[in-house]
Amino acid sequence: MALIRLNKRETPWTGFQGLAQLRDEMDRLFEFPLGELAGQRFFNEWAPAVDLYENKDNLIVKAELPGMKKENIEVSLHEGALTIAGERVEEKKDASAHRAERFHGKFQRTVTLPTKVQGNNVSASYKDGVLTISLPKAEEAKPKQIEVQVK
Amino acid sequence: MNAVAQQDQGAVSTRAKNFVSPEVNIFESKDKYLLEAEMPGVNKDGLEITLEGNELTIVGHRADEAPSAEVIYRESRLADYRRTFELDPAIDTGRIEAQVNQGVLTLTLPKLEKVKPRKIAIAD
Repeated sequence: MALIRLNKRETPWTGFQGLAQLRDEMDRLFEFPLGELAGQRFFNEWAPAVDLYENKDNLIVKAELPGMKKENIEVSLHEGALTIAGERVEEKKDASAHRAERFHGKFQRTVTLPTKVQGNNVSASYKDGVLTISLPKAEEAKPKQIEVQVK
Repeated sequence: MNAVAQQDQGAVSTRAKNFVSPEVNIFESKDKYLLEAEMPGVNKDGLEITLEGNELTIVGHRADEAPSAEVIYRESRLADYRRTFELDPAIDTGRIEAQVNQGVLTLTLPKLEKVKPRKIAIAD
């Protein structure tokens, strides 16, 4: 992602702390990994931060969806892609807002799964605002140990 | 001189990395403030709310442990949540209430009785 790398040692600004800080901020902006934009509002869109884990038997997908109702989360699997969609409903309050940083509205996130899974054995749970989806791998995708007989 | 300045900056950026700032909504009505903070992965046991003078700090430690599996990719952050707010002096700090539901902390901050508009009955 780095567009221009400023060499810290060679800039004549190291003596000015404010400028040095600004320059560091700029550096960090250019190095900002795209993943960190997930879960944040970007061009007024929002998508939950998603993690993908793999072990011998399962793929595990976690999505950060704080403050939702279970029935407003929709998980679907289609041709090796897992889609998490839903809507965050804004509660109407009889009060004036000082800050409104939380996202409200519809969202959708699709994850392409790296291996085949058993589509009818997928389970999902929602706890502490984190959705965890467990997808057992298809038999053919599991690692196999083959014993070779030495003659 | 330069070395000190750089060291300080280093310290600041490490500290910033250890915490993420939760997104909040703050509402005010006639008799109270309502603060909602998004902290996915935090439950009741992982919350620390401290009041120091007029400064309210909320800290959330994530309870969710990574599953015993290899990370293919990760967008969520391991860091704990932390954010500090300066309270309106009209808030009755003795009556602040907190609850957490599905990763959202809700703080109710009632205003002091004396700042609420009140009708005074006239004695006969």
